[in-house]
Amino acid sequence: MSIAARFKICRGTFSLDVDMEIPGRGVTAVFGPSGCGKTTLLRAIAGLEPGIRGTLTVGGKTWQDSKSFLLPHKRPVGYVFQEPSLFGHLTVKQNIEYGRRRVPRTERRISVDRAVSLLGIGHLLGRRPHQLSGGEQQRVAIARALAVSPALLLLDEPLAALDMDKKKEIMPYLESLHRQLAMPVLYVSHSRDEVARLGDHMVLMDAGKILAAGPVREIFSRIDLALAHGPDAETIIEATVGGHDPEFALTYLDCPAGRFTVAGNKMPTGNTVRIQIAANDVSILLSRQSGTSILNIFPARVDRIAPATKALTTVRLMVGEMPLLARITRKSAVDLGLEPGKQVYAQIKAAGTL
Amino acid sequence: MILEQQDITALLMTLKLASLTTVILLLLGTPMAWWLARSHWRYKFLLEAVVALPLVLPPTVLGFYLLIALGPHGFIGGMMKFMGGSPLAFTFAGLVVGSVVYSMPFVVQPLRGAFAAIGRRPLEVAATLRAPPLDRFFSVVVPLAWPGFLTAAVLGFAHTLGEFGVVLMIGGNIPGRTQVLSIAIYDHVEALEYARAHYLSGGLLILSFLLLMLVYALNRRFMVVQP
Repeated sequence: MSIAARFKICRGTFSLDVDMEIPGRGVTAVFGPSGCGKTTLLRAIAGLEPGIRGTLTVGGKTWQDSKSFLLPHKRPVGYVFQEPSLFGHLTVKQNIEYGRRRVPRTERRISVDRAVSLLGIGHLLGRRPHQLSGGEQQRVAIARALAVSPALLLLDEPLAALDMDKKKEIMPYLESLHRQLAMPVLYVSHSRDEVARLGDHMVLMDAGKILAAGPVREIFSRIDLALAHGPDAETIIEATVGGHDPEFALTYLDCPAGRFTVAGNKMPTGNTVRIQIAANDVSILLSRQSGTSILNIFPARVDRIAPATKALTTVRLMVGEMPLLARITRKSAVDLGLEPGKQVYAQIKAAGTL
Repeated sequence: MILEQQDITALLMTLKLASLTTVILLLLGTPMAWWLARSHWRYKFLLEAVVALPLVLPPTVLGFYLLIALGPHGFIGGMMKFMGGSPLAFTFAGLVVGSVVYSMPFVVQPLRGAFAAIGRRPLEVAATLRAPPLDRFFSVVVPLAWPGFLTAAVLGFAHTLGEFGVVLMIGGNIPGRTQVLSIAIYDHVEALEYARAHYLSGGLLILSFLLLMLVYALNRRFMVVQP
């Protein structure tokens, strides 16, 4: 199953012109600045924008083309809006059952109990929406969308309306959805951090157009995109927990490029984790340094250097087959004589897990 | 017995007229208010003005045109005759038609306000939760707009109770057939039967006050419950 969408519309200053194919599994993050058309794209997929012409096929079924338009209530999606939008006249339980009751019995794969336990809202079932906090309301909204057993889950910045604490409250639930449910998710966000945490694939949008699409790790480290340039440029690496050092409370994380050492020893061995490395925390050495406090040093090859006119530039290194971004001063790049193909050492000051 | 037989008949006639008018108006006014709240048609203002017309028009003017339309030579009356019925002027059915037109804005405006206040979002949510359009209306709009329906019903009912000009023009003043309370009061005053006029007027005053109190009390309660 995969999702192919092609939409085109021009409304005054706003335009949307997308042609994309995304995998039918995992989380695809639609990332871009506010007003770039992410939400409109998601609404068009749900059938909420009947004015937008285009074609849409999901898992081989045509939802929309030049001749047909499947009405929104006939599209097997789960939609979570930016604001929780719970029905005020129903209790939490009735809200969750609202959609599920309207799904044919044979198509119900996710029980109310499962949706409730995935989002941890069992204690709220008897309450009314106005008695819940913003974070709780959004968890109920997610459970309500899951309970219709959607073929495709659409999340429109579900965390954007929440403050930092509430975001932290919901994030673990979204991560567990990701691990426990096989359904494809389209996750609209303008937060880099959310994309890094939750996305497997991503679609990078700007001004109604798709700039790039592919695995998150790949897109984040593409030096031709603006993502790799600002002070928040980073590399995302998938790794498995390979072991611990109980004496120093350290964890070893194994990835194709080698073994990372990070502080803390809570993660169970064998778990898959994401390592986030800020480009600002990567420095480049010409020879292997001894007598340093830094644990993570890898041999690397300079792949590309971004053309830059300012003081700082981004260098894309390859550690084996794994890209790694380093943000250094242009002066250093010149002094070290960096050029594509040069063998160097990458020294990572801080590596955190997501 | 305080009320005489003729007054009781007028009272019952009035209640029957107001109830029937309210039911018809809720059935007609709901789709109309929905359309007014939702439509982006550029000439919508024309229909808005027509619906609001009874608010400003002297009831006698409205009654006069209705009398002509409902009479044997009028558009509606002629059609009734053509279909084998009788003209509606000076009948109870004619009163109902007149009241429906006369009280229309009092039902359509509160409903329209209530529908507009709900906004688009709850309907979109319901659509993504598999609810077809009519289902969305009854499972989401009606419960959320329910204070609006109550206000509309009470205002429509109360306004019809007090109708005078339109009724006089198209219903005449036939005791037992088209004589309603407000006209009975007028007759009593004309005949200097002030005591009987007092009973009916006082009754109408109290009933209207109680109905309006109910509307405002319920609206306040709902404003508190719904954030």
